[in-house]
Amino acid sequence: MIYDPSIFAVVLFIAFVIAVLGISKYFASRTKSSAGYYAAGGQIHWGVNGIAFAGDYLSAASFLGIAGMIAFMGYDGFLYSIGYLAGWVVALFVVAEPLKKAGKYTFTDALDSKFNSKAIQLTAAISTLVVSVCYLIPQMVGAGALITPLLGLPHYVGVVLVGSIVIFIVATAGMASTTYVQFIKGGMLIIFSTILTIALLINGYKLNPQDHYHEFSVLKAESSNGEVTAVLEDGYNIVGQNTALGIVKLEKDDIQTWWQLMEQGTVLLQAPSKVALANGDVLYNGAPKSERRFFQVGHMSKIIVDGKEVDKTGPIGPFEFLSTLTNSEVVLFTMKNFTEGGDRVTVWLHTPTPGEQIMRPGVMFKLDNGATFMTRLNFVSLMLALFFGTSALPHILIRYYTVPSPKDARKSTIVAIASIGFFYILTLYMGLGAMTHGVLDLESSNMSAPLLAKSFGIALFACISAVAFATVLGTVSGLIVAASGAVAHDLLSNFAGIHMTDAGQVKAGKISAVVVGIVAIILGIIFKGMNVSFLVGLAFSVAASANLPAILMVIFWKKTSAVGVAVSVMVGMLSALLIILLSPSMYAMYGLDPATAPSPLDQPGIITIPLSFIVLVVFSLLFPTKNGKAVAA
Amino acid sequence: MAGHGPSTDWGEDKASDYKERLGIYLFIVYCIVYAGFVLINAVSPKMMGLIVISGMNLAVVYGMGLIILAIVMGVIYNHMCTKAEDRMNK
Repeated sequence: MIYDPSIFAVVLFIAFVIAVLGISKYFASRTKSSAGYYAAGGQIHWGVNGIAFAGDYLSAASFLGIAGMIAFMGYDGFLYSIGYLAGWVVALFVVAEPLKKAGKYTFTDALDSKFNSKAIQLTAAISTLVVSVCYLIPQMVGAGALITPLLGLPHYVGVVLVGSIVIFIVATAGMASTTYVQFIKGGMLIIFSTILTIALLINGYKLNPQDHYHEFSVLKAESSNGEVTAVLEDGYNIVGQNTALGIVKLEKDDIQTWWQLMEQGTVLLQAPSKVALANGDVLYNGAPKSERRFFQVGHMSKIIVDGKEVDKTGPIGPFEFLSTLTNSEVVLFTMKNFTEGGDRVTVWLHTPTPGEQIMRPGVMFKLDNGATFMTRLNFVSLMLALFFGTSALPHILIRYYTVPSPKDARKSTIVAIASIGFFYILTLYMGLGAMTHGVLDLESSNMSAPLLAKSFGIALFACISAVAFATVLGTVSGLIVAASGAVAHDLLSNFAGIHMTDAGQVKAGKISAVVVGIVAIILGIIFKGMNVSFLVGLAFSVAASANLPAILMVIFWKKTSAVGVAVSVMVGMLSALLIILLSPSMYAMYGLDPATAPSPLDQPGIITIPLSFIVLVVFSLLFPTKNGKAVAA
Repeated sequence: MAGHGPSTDWGEDKASDYKERLGIYLFIVYCIVYAGFVLINAVSPKMMGLIVISGMNLAVVYGMGLIILAIVMGVIYNHMCTKAEDRMNK
């Protein structure tokens, strides 16, 4: 899709980002030591710290990914909101207190607290590195997704831009994501999302969502047994058919387009298509991208209020917004891929879907129609990984301790949970709004929320994009710092015992930051187009499999041994990665047929999390630590 | 990053065991409610389509309910922990 950059939007965006970076540098220059960094929040009010917590946690992946997934799939995207937030319950109620009592506040420290084991230091560092990279990929994809509608530049430009900025900052000065910056970002994300939701409610639903919404051409045709025999309209020639999908390729004026057979074979409806020719060219609706034949989509086929069909609803309340959609019908666009000759064809088929199916899980995670044991297992696996994943993320728990007292720590966590929860409820509205307001880019679900904002005004769009971009910068730098720390400090210095001067360690950290950054850029370009929330969910699965069983058992089971922990972390991590890399979704991304994927599941959690627990128990009993004590003892 | 001590000194806390136990109880309650959501979807998905209140279905109400429950439980947890700390850490 072609995007027209707006000068106003770009200027506002740049100004916003500079302001955020400027504030960050100002506060960063005031925290000089690592102790200063970790204790930076030591005197900060719990309310501020709570919103900062939320700003830290709500990456652009939440904003872009969840809203995007809801826009294309309905309720299934909301499952991520529910799962991510439920994970906080595990973090607050189960993990935080015992960890605090042990006086450890990073994941690696907590795991190693009673053992001082080389094996744990090694595996925990590797796990931190791997989880950080997994978490980095969606952030980089998100960066690309933000820059494209804003500047009209291709995806890889956004990725390279974010990567370079962050590498530069981290390698030269070291970016301290201070509490105040996260507070501002968190606050702004919530405020602008609220504004967008209110705008949605005031606008209501309309059958014709936008003034210039594309009118899909309709042709009369004749067909028999699903095969089109004639087109009753001048100028169109039949040049190809795919009866399995019920589509036919027509040519007019040298432009080839795909059409869907509707109304018992008497009508042809134009279906958006993208063809990757054998010679490398890509055609959108039959012409190169520059001819702008591709368009934004997203509309309802029926709006039903109080049992009657209407054209539009007018301003609508929050409950009505949801109930009206439940009673109505939305045209979803189902993507189908196939090859024709040497070309790879992607067609998006109009699929009018009753609202009541969209408003419960089932479009993406097949639980009702088309459900199998595996699809149900996949769903349960996802919900498990999300539930356990939050508290297993290395960078989450740190913030719990940056306040002066346990009361403040709890209060700030509750403010965080409330803000994050409120934001996630807003994502449902933003996602459904994008689905029905004619703004979707079929090639990228990630762009749904920014494009919805754009339809309400350039200023709102620019502000939301700027906040999301600043959030991506913050998250990416935090992750690169964590990953490079794992390499330089934990692996090289502690584990390998390579003695370095302070300056040497800092240099090693910076070099690792550059390497990790480059890896992240490459991966961010490769994973273009994948929904970022889906990718974050996979990162959660790896974290939940690698880290959580270990941390829970170290807290609660006296017989946990160093060997058990180390093996559990590695097995959890590797098994999760293996299943993910061999999963249907990844196979689709590799360009292979998903049906040939060795793993039947996309979501590994239901296998890898119990596996990790079992391995820990078995190896702890086989190889007990001498004088080992669990943290809670 | 290994080997750091606690970032701030919170002193001795006699209420710690109480808070841990309370946390576990609340976690178990939430687990059950969450498991209910997952199980209904996996085993009886059509039930999620039942209209519950104000025209919204069970999926929406239960899903939002889980989010709100987490917040409410957090507030309860905080309230009871604070009272325990005040009581035990005189």
